[in-house]
Amino acid sequence: MAKTTAKPKVTPKAKVRAKANTKVKVAKKTAKKLIKSVASGDTTIPPKDAKMIPIYIMGKEYEVPETLTVMKAIEYSGYQYTRGCGCRGGICGACATFYRFVGDYKLRAGLACQTVVAEGMIIVQVPFFPANRSVYDIADIDGEPHEELRRLYPEVFKCVGCGTCTRTCPMDIDVMDYIALMKRGDLKGAAHKSFDCVMCGLCTSRCPAQISQFTAAMFVRRLYGKHILPKAEHLEARFKEVSEGKYNKILKKLTKTSQKDVQKLYVEREREPDMAKPGEWMPKDKRQL
Amino acid sequence: MSGYTDEFKKLIKKVEATRAERIEIARKGEHFPALTMDERKRWLDDYHPDYKPDGRRKVLVGPNKGDILPEEVAAVLESKSRLDIKTVNLDNADYETDVLVIGGGGAGTAAALAASNEGQKVILSTKLRHGDSNTVMAEGGIQCADQEADSPYFHYLDVIGGGHFSNSPELVAAMTNDAPLIIHWLEEMGMMLDKLPDGRMKVRHGGGTSRKRMHSAGDMTGAEIMRVVRDESLNRQDSIKVLEFSPAVELLTDKAGTVVGAVLYNLETKEYYVVKAKSVIMATGGFGRLHIQGFPTTNHYGATADGIVMAYRAGVKLQDLDSTQYHPTGAIFPEQNVGLLITEKVRGLGAQLLNIEGEQFCFPLEPRDIESSCIIRECLDKQLGIPTPTGRYGVWLDSPMIDILHGEGTVRKELPAKYIQFKRYDIDISKVPMLVYPTLHYQNGGLAIDDSASTGVKGLFAAGEVSGGVHGRNRLMGNSLLDILVFGRRAGLNAAKAAKKTKKFGVPTLNHIDKVHKELKKAGVKNPMTGPTLLPDYAPEHVQLRRW
Repeated sequence: MAKTTAKPKVTPKAKVRAKANTKVKVAKKTAKKLIKSVASGDTTIPPKDAKMIPIYIMGKEYEVPETLTVMKAIEYSGYQYTRGCGCRGGICGACATFYRFVGDYKLRAGLACQTVVAEGMIIVQVPFFPANRSVYDIADIDGEPHEELRRLYPEVFKCVGCGTCTRTCPMDIDVMDYIALMKRGDLKGAAHKSFDCVMCGLCTSRCPAQISQFTAAMFVRRLYGKHILPKAEHLEARFKEVSEGKYNKILKKLTKTSQKDVQKLYVEREREPDMAKPGEWMPKDKRQL
Repeated sequence: MSGYTDEFKKLIKKVEATRAERIEIARKGEHFPALTMDERKRWLDDYHPDYKPDGRRKVLVGPNKGDILPEEVAAVLESKSRLDIKTVNLDNADYETDVLVIGGGGAGTAAALAASNEGQKVILSTKLRHGDSNTVMAEGGIQCADQEADSPYFHYLDVIGGGHFSNSPELVAAMTNDAPLIIHWLEEMGMMLDKLPDGRMKVRHGGGTSRKRMHSAGDMTGAEIMRVVRDESLNRQDSIKVLEFSPAVELLTDKAGTVVGAVLYNLETKEYYVVKAKSVIMATGGFGRLHIQGFPTTNHYGATADGIVMAYRAGVKLQDLDSTQYHPTGAIFPEQNVGLLITEKVRGLGAQLLNIEGEQFCFPLEPRDIESSCIIRECLDKQLGIPTPTGRYGVWLDSPMIDILHGEGTVRKELPAKYIQFKRYDIDISKVPMLVYPTLHYQNGGLAIDDSASTGVKGLFAAGEVSGGVHGRNRLMGNSLLDILVFGRRAGLNAAKAAKKTKKFGVPTLNHIDKVHKELKKAGVKNPMTGPTLLPDYAPEHVQLRRW
């Protein structure tokens, strides 16, 4: 973001207030200047001295400021995304990307929103990749969960152990390892090991055994959450109470209470201590439980 | 910690110097005093961007004509349709369905599942991929009063107090009452909720909570919820049809103004599709990508207020749309992470906010708008912010406290995604603090709904961030994931009930658009933009200038 300097020295409070909208920030000590950020949303405004580097978007050369992410570099070059862009924060898996460097044989992979551009990067994003997915009813798993996995995703058991998936994963998940855990029947291990998966499909695009790792892992996580993790008894109890309408009256009364009185109740409510053990601390006033 | 400059390293020493004492006090269960109700009000008036007159104006048309709204919002509400009414052919429907859900995030998908449970055929149309939404980005958790010491009563008080008593009471009652039903539903679907070995839910505090009721799935709670509900909808292919990259661009109404379908736009083939439906659910999310007051945002790429625009044209009233949530802790360094959300869970786990002297200046778990005001005050007014090399300012978020308080490895275990995102730039947040500043996070207001998720315009329901009233003028952490699922399900159920009662499809028209265009002309709106926005354009100036 570009910046302009405004008046030096400490500004009267009112003035700072008036400028707060445009994100004025006041420096401390030596600087003692008001600095006004340009409000640009997500449009990149590179600093004046930014070094420009060549990158190759689908083979076409563009000059972009270094330190941008691949996603912002592609937008900086003038592209408007339809596919290949989602949360822009590394969690949705929309921006799976392959790249190589000029003169380097090695194929690399990453998320466009999380990978920083570098000189000579040749980039292509994967707009979509077909994956195999089985239809199932999670509530109706008859057999032993491991057998169910074998029935729905037999290809998992044909993993050749090459490790390309693990090397390709932009979330640093040891994909091959969770596949091995699945084969062994350690579904808890596989569920936890695959937990950070953003389902971008990069592993699947590279698998020589044609496994769709991320869909199999999705199934295993739900199996684990539903059939292996112990149920929360206090939740079951509260579920019943709510279903029976236990709180209808209490809540109805609150909605009819004057704002002044609600405000009083709000201020007077007890706060559970931070370090209290779950399920052990109880409030003094138990009337509304 | 090589990701930090030498200047930062020196300043971090000050943080480390005060840490031992702060830890000792935290272990005693004592904390920095929270603001009084009176101080809260003053802090908001003086420092919160929502409370300033700049960048706002009267909206000139529609049901909320005369309301003062942010410039960016007023402009889309005064936009013209992208459809040329004269050439649109509504005679033949491309799709007919019981329930049309517009939006493929958490609210839309929950709605689709609920309608499918009622035996209704559902079409879910979404602008990007199914699941591309703010839901996936919600990290910290979902609130639910399911512990013995808690009840919907206390949850209600927390929500309405956090919202400064501006929330719609009936919506708060609905949300807090349904919360245990929602968590139970998620558990039943096999969501990997964080639990203790005996199955008890792991819960913690969030900003403004009186009880520990924040449920989580690592620091990917929203992503895990989205994965599970999407996966479940994929198991219902006989009743739920998903149309990706096909945003709705206009609702269809019959002669009486009842919503009877929508026009979708295939972003790739540039065709329009006519969908006839017995009920329609709007679940398009919020407006972060309109960049209110130029703020960067934590929101996903599609958050462009499309549903607000379409529903407003069909006559739905808006509530509190002038209220924007700035999340107190957006990353402000390194530059690549600027705007990135740092979940409130970090503070829930005990990390404190510190100024350049390494000293606390606020209770770390105030409601979000108060917390943001505290940080802005510390940087702007008290000038105790930490400058970054790119001219920004922030305060420290002392994440290393978490491992000290809860045991080595807690940061990695409880905040895996954040850990990776900083590790990438050589910053180990379990060892060194992060630099943060408020960032545009959430649309507090939206379409007015009642507790059955009805918009008041017949045939149209709404759920999630697109709607308003639930959180009033300020939302607490962990109530958005709850909101989308509670009202998503209520919308799905009630839309299905309404669809069952509707024997025949309505005759679709665009009469309401004709009216809107006439009103624009009458109000003297010159050169209205075309709406809804659909996709943001981040091409820099040098490219835009060459688009002759």
